[in-house]
Amino acid sequence: MYRKLLPNNFGQKILLATCLCLIGTSALAADLSHYLRPVEIPQPDNNRITPQRVELGKMLFFDPRLSGSNWISCATCHNPGLGWSDALPTAIGHGQKILHRSTPTILNTAYQPLQLWDGRARSLEKQALGPIEDAGEMAQSIHKSVDKSGNLIDELKALKGYRDTFEAAYPGEGITKKTIAKALSSFQRTIVSSDAAFDRWIKGDKKAMSKSALRGFKLFEGKANCVKCHSNFNFTDNGFHNIGLEDATDAGRYAIRKVNILIGAFKTPTLRDIALTAPYMHNGAYATLEEVVEHYNLGGISKANLSPNIKKLNLSKKEKADLVIFMKSLTGKPIPVIYPMLPVE
Amino acid sequence: MMKQKYLFSIALVGLTTLFSTMTFAEEHVVAQHSKSFQIDGKKIETMTVKIGDVIRFKNEDPFFHNIFSLSDLKTFDLGSFPKGQSKTVTFDKAGMAEVECAIHPEMYMEVSVQ
Repeated sequence: MYRKLLPNNFGQKILLATCLCLIGTSALAADLSHYLRPVEIPQPDNNRITPQRVELGKMLFFDPRLSGSNWISCATCHNPGLGWSDALPTAIGHGQKILHRSTPTILNTAYQPLQLWDGRARSLEKQALGPIEDAGEMAQSIHKSVDKSGNLIDELKALKGYRDTFEAAYPGEGITKKTIAKALSSFQRTIVSSDAAFDRWIKGDKKAMSKSALRGFKLFEGKANCVKCHSNFNFTDNGFHNIGLEDATDAGRYAIRKVNILIGAFKTPTLRDIALTAPYMHNGAYATLEEVVEHYNLGGISKANLSPNIKKLNLSKKEKADLVIFMKSLTGKPIPVIYPMLPVE
Repeated sequence: MMKQKYLFSIALVGLTTLFSTMTFAEEHVVAQHSKSFQIDGKKIETMTVKIGDVIRFKNEDPFFHNIFSLSDLKTFDLGSFPKGQSKTVTFDKAGMAEVECAIHPEMYMEVSVQ
């Protein structure tokens, strides 16, 4: 499966050059090559993607036995049918506890150097076990039994299906914290966006984007200033900004790096498949993209420690609608996901 | 008269010796460009300076950058500044400082002060 997800970037560049020649007189005829899909999915040398690793990671991702309750899987919150998120303002964790941040989509997370809203995990491998062990999220003990519910490694080792799949994916490495994290990361690296209308337009299909979407793109790069943070193929600068939400309780990135401009700053999320991942923002404050655009039009709500990139925009009603239409053009056709069979013995 | 000439010669020799052995603090310009640290258009991840040298960080990107360090050697936070503006830091002790942009954490460099 993962091979199909690797595009031929050379071909894309040829097509883009043709497209740019065709629209050479247009106001949008700038170099747009930075919006092209990267040639390869980023992956570390010690955990290259293989079909066996992706298969194992997928099994673990969908297996509710990864949680202490044996009831919550990674896919409970990162639901492929809901844009790999959960359609909730903020996540619900162990014991139905409502958590204080929204579930970020895992779509295209392979392209992000830092993981989680506050960027505290420097790789997918370092992030993978966090939610499993977190008492508020999946509340699972990975290698030590703290109560009669046992621990994850013993539970996996008891199942021949898992023993065989781990051996095929990571020969001789066994079932360990490391191989669990590596397998989950391998699977997540294959969750990448499909081509959306915007991509087809970039590659030369002049009819792929409506006039409204094209006006929205021009605003996105110009008057509305969105591109200052939502840049490049994944529509994120992978950076951290305080965007002026009314949320005085969450320090955000500042909890990780004690630098004043990071108070209330969170990672810029991707805009890929954005139509599928409502509600929006780290705290799920907005139910629709129209509300999001209005937030930025006002220059944010709270001005405390506001990013200097954010200013009042004075957008007209039509301009706001165009921006929403453009953002929707970043949503591709969902890739069907087949639920894996999980080992029972 | 002879005594004055003698003292003047001694002072001249002393000053010449002093200037010949003195090293002046240099200013190094590091550009913040395409979300990386660059010198003369090339991305850098490490650089070496002398004690007392100054690094001028100049934002060449069309968006805000920050400069900070939480290193034991030197802790500073220069805030955020837009394209065309620059901020300076003087490195006055020997050691290693990690310098980052808080907004864009992929911008990271190490400064060796000798």
